[in-house]
Amino acid sequence: MELSDHLFRREAGRMVAALTRVFGVHNLALAEDVVQDAFCRAMEVWRMRGVPENPSAWLMATAKNRALDVLRRQRTARTFAPELGRLLESEWTLAPVVEELFAANAIKDDLLRMMFSCCHPRLSEEAQVALILNILCGFSVDEIAGAFVSSHAAIEKRIARAKKIFSGSKRLFDVTAPAEFSKRLPAVQRALYLLFNEGYHGASPETAVRTELCHESMRLVVILLDHPLGGTPSSYALSALMCFDAARLPSRVDRSGNLISLFDQDRSLWDQNLVLKGLKLMELSASGPELTEYHVEAAIASIYSTAARAQDTNWQTIVSLYDTLMTIRPSPIVALNRAIAVAQRDGPERGLEEIAAIEDRDRLSAYPFYAAALGELELRRGREDAAREHFRTAQGLARNPMERRFLDRRMEACDRPR
Amino acid sequence: MSEFTFLYRGSDPSGSPEQMQKTMQKWVAWFKELGASGHIKDPGHPLERTGKVVKGNQKSVHDGPYAEAKDVVGGYTLIEAKDLAQAVELSKGCPILEVGGSVEVRPIRILNM
Repeated sequence: MELSDHLFRREAGRMVAALTRVFGVHNLALAEDVVQDAFCRAMEVWRMRGVPENPSAWLMATAKNRALDVLRRQRTARTFAPELGRLLESEWTLAPVVEELFAANAIKDDLLRMMFSCCHPRLSEEAQVALILNILCGFSVDEIAGAFVSSHAAIEKRIARAKKIFSGSKRLFDVTAPAEFSKRLPAVQRALYLLFNEGYHGASPETAVRTELCHESMRLVVILLDHPLGGTPSSYALSALMCFDAARLPSRVDRSGNLISLFDQDRSLWDQNLVLKGLKLMELSASGPELTEYHVEAAIASIYSTAARAQDTNWQTIVSLYDTLMTIRPSPIVALNRAIAVAQRDGPERGLEEIAAIEDRDRLSAYPFYAAALGELELRRGREDAAREHFRTAQGLARNPMERRFLDRRMEACDRPR
Repeated sequence: MSEFTFLYRGSDPSGSPEQMQKTMQKWVAWFKELGASGHIKDPGHPLERTGKVVKGNQKSVHDGPYAEAKDVVGGYTLIEAKDLAQAVELSKGCPILEVGGSVEVRPIRILNM
């Protein structure tokens, strides 16, 4: 039996979610210990006796048995999940209750419960994302630091602080209360959106790491869609957006690890199944009165992803969608993207005017692709010297070797006779 | 063909789930290779880290073994090889060596009656 990719990491999330349900949110650290213990057991046994037929079930059963041990031995010394009341105290109810909590359908809800619990309103968005990655996706501090191009110490501190708040929250989020659910849903969507974006646009030079972040957020959004309260039009829109963007992942970087701009990508590499899936999800998102940023961003991404050639892109529609996005969630990045679309539609001069008109564009000054966009438009209108300057500025802000090489090549393009 | 035991010591498995899975997969690959070339007599078993030690005439029973974690035997495998040199060569593929552990290779003495 071969292990599927990332099986341990995924099972870590499932186990810790189920165990926290039994132990109570204040015993998160204990749940994490039991998970580590289950992996150690698996390592010791499987490496000699081979991987069992159903490794997930093996791990889950090991975690469950260990949980029973802990509950029996420590029930007088510790308090466990308050939701379960006295059910854990008697030997008559203990085993059946734990058995039930570890059943497959219960665990699916546990993941959702954990996802919502990680998006505690007292946590910053960055902390929520880090917590989701650590608890639900089984990423270690080092792996998260690598993905976010941050230091081990910074991420460790962020997660430790977040876990303290998490563990102090008395009980896990109740996913059966509709009012509470709807209230926290936007924060959960936002965290999954940020997780996806970190993978898609993030600074990590390693494509593999970033692709994994995208896949993790897509896996979690499916759990959200499967829940009767989670499958809202906005969740469908978010999921559609992820599909459209993920469809283009295979062509964003070439074989030598060079970043390729949307205009030069090999569109035959785009994953048409994901595009179709995105279109279906977009249909499902088109109900109800609510128009969220995810609806608009999905619509924009759908236009990019369905254009057979770059010149077939409908820039008029993209510009008006960005106009809408600016009314829902204005930001200098959205304004910059809008200006680039205007340049595509009306030429580089108009694009530069739009960029000059961005009110808070000083907030973009550390973003390498702001200077790069200026360079691109200057180059297009034949001002190679100005373009080179902008690319050089962008070069100084580049976050990884991949971006630096990309900008190198843009600077070379300034020297080429046109 | 002679028989040998591999005694695995050290390397309490640790690390992130992803790292543990990678280590695990190395073991699986190593065993597969040994098995495919006909060197595994018995894959053996892992041993619990603690048990009891019974000593002397008094048959006194102690908790143990109280060795350092790196010295505790974590499992064994029975290997078939041409000679000690070949068995040693085979042991060099063991993933435990990459994480500070060791493999003790011991010929099994078989008495020909």
